[in-house]
Amino acid sequence: MEITQDKKENHYILEVRAINSFYGKAHILHDLSLEMEKGSVAVLLGRNGVGKSTTLKSIMGIVIPKRGEIIFKGRSILGLPSYKICALGLGYVPEDRRIFTGLTIMENLEVGRRPPRKGFEPWTPDRIFKLFPNLKNMKNRLGGQISGGEQQMLSIARTLMGNPELIILDEPSEGLAPVIVDQLGEAIIELKKEGVSILLAEQNLNFARSICDKVFIVDHGRVCFDNAICNLTEEVCEQYLAV
Amino acid sequence: MGFYIVQFLTGLSDASSLFLVAAGLSLIFGVSRIVNMAHGSFYMLGAYIAYVIIAALPHTGISFWGGILLATLAVGVIGIIVEIFLLRRLYRAPELFLLMATFALLLVIQDLARWAFGPEDLIGPMAPGLEGSINILGTLMPTYDLVLIIAAPVVLLFLWFLLTRTRWGILVRAATEDREMLAALGVNQKWLFTSVFFLGSLLAGLGGAIQLPKGGADLLMDMNVIAAAFVIVVVGGMGSIPGAFLAAIIIGELGSFGVLYLPQSTLVMMFLVMAVVLVIRPYGLLGKPELEEGSGESFETVMRPAPKQLRLIGLGILGVLILLPVFGGKYQLVLFGEIALFSLACMSLYFMMGPGGMVSFGHAAFFGGGAYAAALLVHYVRTPMSLALLLTPLCAGLLALIIGWFCVRLSGVYLAMLTLAFAQICWSIVFQWSAFTGGDDGILGIWPAHWASNAVVFYYLTLLISVGGILLLRHLLFTPFGYTMRACRDSRLRADAIGINVTRHQWFSFAVAGVFAGLAGGIYVFSKGSIFPDEMSIPRSFDILLSVLLGGIESITGPIVGSSIFIWLEDKLSNLDFWRLILGCIFIVLVLAFPQGVGGFFGTRFSHFFGEASNDSNPIGKD
Ligand SMILES: Nc1ncnc2c1ncn2[C@@H]1O[C@H](COP(=O)(O)OP(=O)(O)OP(=O)(O)O)[C@@H](O)[C@H]1O
Ligand SMILES: [Mg+2]
Repeated sequence: MEITQDKKENHYILEVRAINSFYGKAHILHDLSLEMEKGSVAVLLGRNGVGKSTTLKSIMGIVIPKRGEIIFKGRSILGLPSYKICALGLGYVPEDRRIFTGLTIMENLEVGRRPPRKGFEPWTPDRIFKLFPNLKNMKNRLGGQISGGEQQMLSIARTLMGNPELIILDEPSEGLAPVIVDQLGEAIIELKKEGVSILLAEQNLNFARSICDKVFIVDHGRVCFDNAICNLTEEVCEQYLAV
Repeated sequence: MGFYIVQFLTGLSDASSLFLVAAGLSLIFGVSRIVNMAHGSFYMLGAYIAYVIIAALPHTGISFWGGILLATLAVGVIGIIVEIFLLRRLYRAPELFLLMATFALLLVIQDLARWAFGPEDLIGPMAPGLEGSINILGTLMPTYDLVLIIAAPVVLLFLWFLLTRTRWGILVRAATEDREMLAALGVNQKWLFTSVFFLGSLLAGLGGAIQLPKGGADLLMDMNVIAAAFVIVVVGGMGSIPGAFLAAIIIGELGSFGVLYLPQSTLVMMFLVMAVVLVIRPYGLLGKPELEEGSGESFETVMRPAPKQLRLIGLGILGVLILLPVFGGKYQLVLFGEIALFSLACMSLYFMMGPGGMVSFGHAAFFGGGAYAAALLVHYVRTPMSLALLLTPLCAGLLALIIGWFCVRLSGVYLAMLTLAFAQICWSIVFQWSAFTGGDDGILGIWPAHWASNAVVFYYLTLLISVGGILLLRHLLFTPFGYTMRACRDSRLRADAIGINVTRHQWFSFAVAGVFAGLAGGIYVFSKGSIFPDEMSIPRSFDILLSVLLGGIESITGPIVGSSIFIWLEDKLSNLDFWRLILGCIFIVLVLAFPQGVGGFFGTRFSHFFGEASNDSNPIGKD
């Protein structure tokens, strides 16, 4: 905990410090804080409606916290519009996929395309199709005419096209067949190897265990458990996650 | 045979500029969700600017086409200026305020055009080298029309290429679907919006410029084309550019052949086509159903009866109004009478707009409709005033039933566009059918009956009808009818689920609004002694809408405050030459200064005045 400011910058890719977010008058996040190390995979766990998605949206600038601080790569991003946050290297995959249904798969990828980033191998459609072979055979199909699971893959692929350094995934395994979830897990480990950091919100505990280093449990808009995933004991799960 | 071919081709050439305008409108709406009322003004500017440039240059082919090109670009640049300096500041404001800003712009451009180019219609120059005609099986067809025919498909192809084959186009299409996601993917939409506005305005300008040799330039172009463009967009399907192309051709052909068989009927034909299409395909020929639930974000206030203080203030004002003849002169009586009846008209719009959730851009159809009904009854069958005043609401209500039947099938902006289109059709019928309605000369000599000819008596009559009407409307809002209305507005699905026939209920609300607007129109004729088509025109509709917005849509006091301010302003300004310009500027300044709405601004400011320590949910009331 006694790290100097400079060291922190090198060490952490993302720091969220005591943010407070609201929907209208509803106070959703209460001084929520979390830190992520560069190149790590972290997961937000928690029951429904505790504020996981809101946390991710706050980081992305879709919901703007009224108080607190968010530091990405040593730079404050609180209050920046989402397109600038994205340009800094944050990629976001929303909970409800939000595919452009009137655009083909290739066009959806094109929307996400951004210039390559130093130190990372740039994403191209070909590289995407290696990661998600299912998408390859339907390049020109409209986004609205593919299955939910395929949409989920497309949503991730679209974000990858922006060559992000930190990817925020909101419940990526939701609605996917177990085989595909495994595939997704492999893809995430692959990304991690390349040095991409990943922050997930998840309900699927086993999936989270298989890929994550770090876990944050959110309850009532606060982080109430912050530890390495190997320290996530049955008791903790019982206390915060059981319904 | 040749004759029919030429007629057909003429229809196609008419369709061309209509398509250009509608495509631009559709593009702008798709991305920014702005219904650009000033779009027709851009079309008009295209024609005028091209006229001026071409007239200033020697008459050669290069100067003609160069003039058209320059005018087109100039209008595009005007579009950019408007977007950057006006609209960009307002994207966070309620949609209706954006709309009002573009309407204010329409007023400003109209008066500026009158000032800069004069009130006379201008006859367009011929295109050098294309002055002649070609012979098609014995019938002559102007060569220039053939050029026009080609323009539409060329632009359609160009747009298709732009939208499907370029990154810009892909981003534009993505923006029409989900702007928030687009931003999260790193796209800065500021410049996307500006570029779309540029292209849209440019298309309108091009449409105006290329029709110059055929149709010339005049000051009515803006309103006429905007109404036609709305019809095309609704018929073709919102956001569908091929749909707009198809619809433009249908409307163009209809005009071309309609003239042959029923010369005065083109507008009625347009109405019929629109009616048929909307009955068969409510979302237009190539449109997709909208998924949006509800229509506007700004009408969600809970409604409660007025708190005591406000009622007392209302009673106080009413007392002053009743005593007005004691201390006021004739001028005051006329002014306050006008405020009262205009308040009734505004209240009727508020009724369908606030609690009903249906915005009308064409409320003057009912106000003017009632006025014309009264005038015609008196003029042709010598109906006594009291009987005429009884019949006018019925006539206006009938009109509202007819128009409403189509409108309630749609929602939100589509509904509003349709009301505008219908209102413009009503206006055109009155304007063109001079044998019956007196056309531009109006109907004169409609004075009150003998017993009411005294200014004081007439003032009391006006007050009685207006205040009575307002109170009746207010009362309706707190009956089961009113509750059901709000249920329909708040959630169509849920209202449906509990067994309410939403469409029918909205239809009736629409008609009720029409009845009261018509009643206000009825007294209005007798107070003025005459009626002119202006009372049905688009600016009149927007006067009413503007007043309602000015006062604030959250409360019943809003329309009354708004119309008082409006009539007072009109009284002060309307003898100035360019008063709509001034009005437009005032409104633009107001919108820029208070993007959340003037009424909302004062509403939250002063709500503590009227008891109840609430600031979000305005206490609603009116005596
Ligand atoms: N747009 C919104 N407007 C108002 N309240 C919202 C909105 N979105 C979410 N909420 C509320 O905020 C709280 C947190 O929502 P959030 O979506 O962050 O939960 P979550 O942890 O992601 O839940 P889940 O696991 O179900 O996805 C919930 O109580 C929810 O009802
Ligand atoms: Mg969530």
